[in-house]
Amino acid sequence: MSRIASRFDSLRASGRTALIPYITAGDPQPDVTVPLMHALVEAGADLLELGVPFSDPMADGPVIQAACERALKHHVSLRQVLEMVKAFRATDGDTPVILMGYLNPVEVMGYEAFAAAAREAGVDGLLTVDLPPEEGCELVAALKSQHIDPIFLAAPTSSDERIRLMANNGGGFLYYVSFKGVTGANRLDVQAVKEKLDQIRANTDLPVGVGFGIRDAQSAAQVAGVADAVVVGSALVNRIAELADEPERIPAEAPRVIAEMRAAMDAG
Amino acid sequence: MATQCSDLTGLPDADGHFGPYGGRFVAETLMGPLEELRQAYETFCADPGFQRELDQDLAHFVGRPSPLYHAERWSRQLGGAQIYLKREDLNHTGAHKVNNTVGQALLARRMGKKRVIAETGAGQHGVATATVAARFGMQCVVYMGAEDIQRQAINVYRMRLLGAEVVAVESGSRTLKDALNEAMRDWVTNVDDTFYIIGTVAGPHPYPAMVRDFQAIIGREARAQMLEQVGRLPDALIACVGGGSNAIGLFYPFIDDKDVAMYGVEGGGEGIDSGRHAAPLCAGRPGVLHGNRTYLMEDADGQIIETHSVSAGLDYPGVGPEHAWLKDCGRAQYVAVTDEQALDAFHELTRCEGIMPALESSHALAYARQLAPTLDKDRILLVNLSGRGDKDIHTVAALEGIEV
Repeated sequence: MSRIASRFDSLRASGRTALIPYITAGDPQPDVTVPLMHALVEAGADLLELGVPFSDPMADGPVIQAACERALKHHVSLRQVLEMVKAFRATDGDTPVILMGYLNPVEVMGYEAFAAAAREAGVDGLLTVDLPPEEGCELVAALKSQHIDPIFLAAPTSSDERIRLMANNGGGFLYYVSFKGVTGANRLDVQAVKEKLDQIRANTDLPVGVGFGIRDAQSAAQVAGVADAVVVGSALVNRIAELADEPERIPAEAPRVIAEMRAAMDAG
Repeated sequence: MATQCSDLTGLPDADGHFGPYGGRFVAETLMGPLEELRQAYETFCADPGFQRELDQDLAHFVGRPSPLYHAERWSRQLGGAQIYLKREDLNHTGAHKVNNTVGQALLARRMGKKRVIAETGAGQHGVATATVAARFGMQCVVYMGAEDIQRQAINVYRMRLLGAEVVAVESGSRTLKDALNEAMRDWVTNVDDTFYIIGTVAGPHPYPAMVRDFQAIIGREARAQMLEQVGRLPDALIACVGGGSNAIGLFYPFIDDKDVAMYGVEGGGEGIDSGRHAAPLCAGRPGVLHGNRTYLMEDADGQIIETHSVSAGLDYPGVGPEHAWLKDCGRAQYVAVTDEQALDAFHELTRCEGIMPALESSHALAYARQLAPTLDKDRILLVNLSGRGDKDIHTVAALEGIEV
């Protein structure tokens, strides 16, 4: 069983919802990332989403765009991101790590080469924002041959047919984008999310994570009431941005956002 | 590969592919709306009422057909092949861009969308979009890189006069590619009531095919005009390539005319060897950006790199996927000319024929200027004069140290 599947199994057994923080690798500088990953696990993260910086993050709002720009000032490449995962794995063999990003860096490395290197580094899943299942057959096959879960994003506009297509091609969990828009926007409607999750669950048994627009402990707790996992990106990255000039403070201070969410989710 | 290249006019396939290029590489939220757009486009294409409305607008609003002009004096001066110019510069708003915006705006109206958005580099597509939005009473937002807003102040003011909101894009390299990113972000957010009018033959399916079809009027007219005026087809077609919409518009109706050579001219900037250029087909490699797989300017890590061209309309790191496939199949050749060569051609045509070309089109002219003297006098080169140069006079003056 994959690390992602066994993590969701044990969470389900204890009646808890997964908390998945997102950070952009190398933001604001490369040496912050691995200590920050460990600190996020300490603060209550169940899985980690590590963003691969890209020059043209079309699906992201201003907060994550800026994070990509900070990381790219240090020329953080996909290969370096894999090195970071490897370094994290040296002392944490349990927490699933999912890479999130855009297709082109993976395309340039080559699907087979990427999948092999990612497995060797200890990556558990890959989420490519701009790769719908129709275009993803080759990459999905390469990932599955290395036991890496391809994670697809479902949206408010996804039909039953498309949800099944994503569920059948994907693995690990299905990521539901909570509204039409970019990351970090303030458009979350928990009732609408609940209705869509009912539709998604009628089409797949995969766990469903919800992301985009979860800003604070309260919205995290609300979404935790309806989802199998809560993904938090911009709210955390915003905190990192505030501390960008004092990066040594980031591992200790930024994860507090996550600890507060964890507490609210577990209390709810 | 050879067999796949055999039916070049029948592309793209049902999923929007031109060989390995094209496709739909977008966030899931847009997959449904893109399919809806494809279906609407197919339905209206087959609707004689829609075609009639489009033809009427092209005739009476745009001013088509545009003339085919024999540049006799310039041809004589160059001492070789005869050069004919397809005068897209004489269209309403001064470039070929309006052929496409009229088509997409009519489609938007039929689909019940009240708001249109666009990206723009030099501002020509933004102006063409603002123009049709004004005419149809639609709300219009144009995204433009902050850098380009500085370079193209007159077009920014034109768009505002036409009632469009021009949004400065401050992210990334603050140019056309970033404007496209921002327009995509707007579209994903407002997809229910908004129609995204993409200005070139790039982006996710069905845009490359749809924009080509709206621009193919250029080649259809030019082909008929050639037969009428000269009694035969030209030996070669020459057009500049940024995203590639004016080039594909000229090329497409000639693809099956195997004896007609095709040359796409990219922005060579300070020279291909300098690395400071905008020539993905000449010096880039395949990748995925802005919804399609195509040739890109990218670094070893897959990050998109900044492009350089004196012409803002060519300053784009990607290119339409159909051009990528025409290149791989060998049906079209892609070359680059430098800023300096383009500027020389700009001056030469202005002085010799009394026609001031856009800096984009000057790249096509510069290649014609190289090719013509190597050919006999009975050979014919057909150059797409895609836009007029009024918008560029500040750029040209600044390069020559003159204050206008």
